[in-house]
Amino acid sequence: MGLRKPPLYDVHADAGATFTEFGGWDMPVEYDSIKAEHAAVRESVGIFDVSHMSELEVSGPDATALMQRLTTNDVTALEPGDSQYSAIVNDEGVIIDDTVVYRLPDRDERVYLFIPNAGHDEEMYDRWTSFRDDWDLDATVEDVTEDWAMFAVQGPDALDSVTDAAPDAALGDLSKFQATFADVVGVECWVARTGYTGEDGFEVLCPWDDAETVWSALDATPCGLGSRDTLRLEMGYLLSGQDFDPETEPRTPYEAGIGFVVKLDTEFVGRDALERQHEAGVDETFVGFALLDRGVPRHGYDIATPDGEVIGVVTSGTMSPTLSEPIGLGYVPVEYADDETEISILVRGREKRAVIVTPPFIN
Amino acid sequence: MFEIPDDRKYLESHEWTTTEGDAVRIGISDFAQDELGDVVFVELPAEGDELAAGEEFGVVESIKAVSDLYAPISGTVTAVNEELFDAPELLNDDPYGDGWMLELEPADESEFDDLLSPEEYREQTE
Repeated sequence: MGLRKPPLYDVHADAGATFTEFGGWDMPVEYDSIKAEHAAVRESVGIFDVSHMSELEVSGPDATALMQRLTTNDVTALEPGDSQYSAIVNDEGVIIDDTVVYRLPDRDERVYLFIPNAGHDEEMYDRWTSFRDDWDLDATVEDVTEDWAMFAVQGPDALDSVTDAAPDAALGDLSKFQATFADVVGVECWVARTGYTGEDGFEVLCPWDDAETVWSALDATPCGLGSRDTLRLEMGYLLSGQDFDPETEPRTPYEAGIGFVVKLDTEFVGRDALERQHEAGVDETFVGFALLDRGVPRHGYDIATPDGEVIGVVTSGTMSPTLSEPIGLGYVPVEYADDETEISILVRGREKRAVIVTPPFIN
Repeated sequence: MFEIPDDRKYLESHEWTTTEGDAVRIGISDFAQDELGDVVFVELPAEGDELAAGEEFGVVESIKAVSDLYAPISGTVTAVNEELFDAPELLNDDPYGDGWMLELEPADESEFDDLLSPEEYREQTE
């Protein structure tokens, strides 16, 4: 099967992007320099094509019940135009994917749009429709992944960029995690004050066929998935399929450090398992670390005690472009999770000294 | 187009060699640095280490990739470009100049015959 392509594939190729496979999509990884793109987002503003993200819309009389029972956060807390970070877990409480759930303006009933990660659209469509049928709920589930292009405009100057393209929308009035339909150069877009970089910013969903009009109206440095990864890593944000994965890195929200999205006073698949873990406490937890010796930590490297006893594994690592220091994320037993705890990372079989640092790594 | 200077010889794995007096200087090509992207880390042998042709002598890492380095010829390491440890970006900025990696005293001059000419290397990168 061929790779899926974002609507602006040719635009990115003409701009000199190199591409990488991610979640079954062929996406720009870098235009010119990951470091320069990273710096643009930290210092001014960058724009990412994230059209590979999945989108599913859930509507109908039982839309709220279905969303509530398949995500860990409390969707009943959402007003139209609100959004929340959430987790989708299995019966054992293990994270299948993380997502942002938006409540769209009502259409007689409540309507939700949620954004699973790249390549998860079919799996989530199947999950939502099969549980809907099992529970005999009246809800419509649509996979709208290829109806919407999605761009992330991120950085301290992001508000200026989106306001230039949508001067009538008062996007500066949106609080973090709020969203609205807005006219962006004549195209109706769903614009949310959300992101994955730690900077102020907006995510703009626009109709797939209008992608080029909207992209070219947003004045910002084009950025690829390479800098998206280094930016989120500096914040300690989880990457689905890498920092957690139901097959290769099965972790609960409590282990992964996102217990704040679990609302045990709601009913959802996996709730009982998570309640038990919440009472018992976790054995291992997600941490950040900084390498003190020269080297670059990478996914899959072992984490060890200073004496060389292996205690965990690196799930993500890089040379921080902001700090010019090697940083990483991974899981360790809770007794090694306090700040400043000395550990070591086995880089190609050699021990490198490191210390636990609770993310974010930057201020 | 990538720069492939005529005054040196190349390895399929993208290292170059050039003769500097009695020593042979080694680095990686413009094509290699571009493929890697922003270089953030370099690991090199120490002065006095003996290398055999084809042996792994170090590692170069960019944000997105890890790449092993291979010795084009056999010899003893006589100099290491320690500036790369603090400024690995020299490999991107000037791969044939300030981004050199190490110098060897060659053990067997005949090994140069096994290296690629600039023309042969250019064909490989096209």
